[in-house]
Amino acid sequence: MASYSTSEFKGGLKIMMDGDPCSIIENEFVKPGKGQAFSRVKIRNLKTGRVLEKTFKSGESVEAADVMEVDLQYLYADGEFWHFMDPETFEQVSADEKAVGDTIKWMKAQDLCTITLWNGSPIIVAPPNFVVLTVTDTDPGLKGDTSGSGGKPATLESGAVVRVPLFVQIGEMIKVDTRTGEYVSRVKEG
Amino acid sequence: MLRARAGLLADIRSFFRQAGVLEVETPVCSRFGVTDPSIESFTTRYTGPGAARGETLYLHTSPEFPMKRLLAAGSGPIYQICKVFRGGELGTRHNPEFTLLEWYRPGFDHLGLMDEVASLVNALLPSTLPVERVSYGEVFQRYLGIDPHVASAESLRQCAIGTGISGAETLSLDSADAWLDLLLTQRIEPHLGRERLSFLFDYPASQAALAKVRPGAPSVAERFELYLEGIEIANGFHELTDAQEQQCRFEQENVIREERGLPTVPMDRNLLSGLASGMPECAGVALGIDRLLMRVMDVASIEEVLAFPYLRA
Repeated sequence: MASYSTSEFKGGLKIMMDGDPCSIIENEFVKPGKGQAFSRVKIRNLKTGRVLEKTFKSGESVEAADVMEVDLQYLYADGEFWHFMDPETFEQVSADEKAVGDTIKWMKAQDLCTITLWNGSPIIVAPPNFVVLTVTDTDPGLKGDTSGSGGKPATLESGAVVRVPLFVQIGEMIKVDTRTGEYVSRVKEG
Repeated sequence: MLRARAGLLADIRSFFRQAGVLEVETPVCSRFGVTDPSIESFTTRYTGPGAARGETLYLHTSPEFPMKRLLAAGSGPIYQICKVFRGGELGTRHNPEFTLLEWYRPGFDHLGLMDEVASLVNALLPSTLPVERVSYGEVFQRYLGIDPHVASAESLRQCAIGTGISGAETLSLDSADAWLDLLLTQRIEPHLGRERLSFLFDYPASQAALAKVRPGAPSVAERFELYLEGIEIANGFHELTDAQEQQCRFEQENVIREERGLPTVPMDRNLLSGLASGMPECAGVALGIDRLLMRVMDVASIEEVLAFPYLRA
C-alpha cells in the first residue's frame, strides 16, 4: 500500500484519513528550535467537502489515497446513475446521486465534466467552468424594458435557475459560469 | 529587503562594537557534530592532504561549540554572525540554511543576558516594545491550567485533546517533552510576543539542552527563549560549564538517537577538553536574523527575507 511521509506533504496531495479520501490544502512545518517537529495540515475530505485540521508528528506516514481526476463526457441518466464516457478510450463509468450532487443542475449530454475517481469509482462530478444551455422558461412580458436593472429569473434546460438580463427570451442559448452561477452572455446558435 | 538586511547586520555590529564584544569566526565544518536528537546535521566529506582516505565532516547547526572553546581560552565576550545548516527544516519559518547571531557574555546569567537581548532587539525594531518575562511554568498555568514540570505524558495528552488540538488523539509521542512541545507550539506560542517582547524562561530540566540546571522543587533549566508575534526568535542559556555533566548529556542524547533509529554523532571532544580546562561562567544566546528581519519588515514568510530561499537556491 502506497504511503506518504510528512516530508512529502504539499497542497493537492491525496491521502486517506479516517477511511475517507482527502486532499491536502495547506501544510505548515512547526518546530521549536530544540524539540519535536510537527506538520499541521489543512485537509479537505473529498467525499463530504468538509475542511479539517490535523497535526502529525514529523516523519509519520499516512496512507495514500488512489484518487485521480479525469475529464469524461456526460452521456445520459437512467434514473439511478449518471453515465460518463472517456472520449478517447470509450470506457464508461457511472456516478451515483451523491457524487453528482449539485452538479446535476448544469449537466447536459456531450459536455465534458471533471470526475474525481477514488479506487476507480466517481466520488465528485464537477461541471465545466462554463456551460451553454437553452432557456426553457422565463417571463416574456418585459421585452420593452432595456434598463437592465436587476434582470429576471430564467429556467434552463438542465433545471438550473439563473438571473438573466430582461432581453433574454425562451429558446435562446446562454453561457453561464458554473462556479458563480452567473449569466455571462447570449450564444448564437450554430 | 537586501537593504533592510544589510542595515540590520550593520546595526548589530555597531551595537556590539559599542558594547565591547569581539566579532569572531569559527569553522563551518567539523569532525564533530551536535548530538541533540531534535537537530539534524548536514554532512560532507573532505579528502586530501591531512585526510588521504577522506573523512566525514558535519556542517555546524550553530557555532556554539567552537565559540565556547574560545571562551575557555580566555577570549572574553564574543559574538558571531554566520550561516548555519539544519536538515529536515523547511516551512514558512524555516529554511535549511539560515543566518544566526550568537553571542556569549562571561559573568552574565540567563536573566542578565535577557536584558541585553531586549535592548539589542528594541534597538533594531522600528519602535521600542515593552518587555514581558514569564516562566515556562507560569505560561502553562495561564493558558492551559497545567503544571508542565510535574504533568505526566498522559495528562499532557489529555490536555492536548481537551484543548481541541486536531489529531492529538492519534498522535503517538514518545515523551512528556514532545507533548509539551505540541502544547507550546499550538496553544501558547500564538499568545506570546503580541506587541511586546516575550521572554519565556526556566524550562523543564529535561529540556536543558546546554543550559545549567538549577536544583530545586522543581529543578529548572536556566534557559530562555524570546518570542515576537508568536514566533521564536532567540534561545539562550546560562551555560553549562561542567565537562563531565556535558559528556553525560552528549552520551544520553546518542542513546536516544539509537532508540529512535537516528544516526549517532561523534561528540565534540574538543569542546569537552575546553570545558575541562576551565570555561568562565557565562550566558550565551542564538538569535535568528532571518526571523528578526521578518518582524522588522512585517512579512509572514521567511522566503520574503531571503535573496534565494531553498527552493530557488
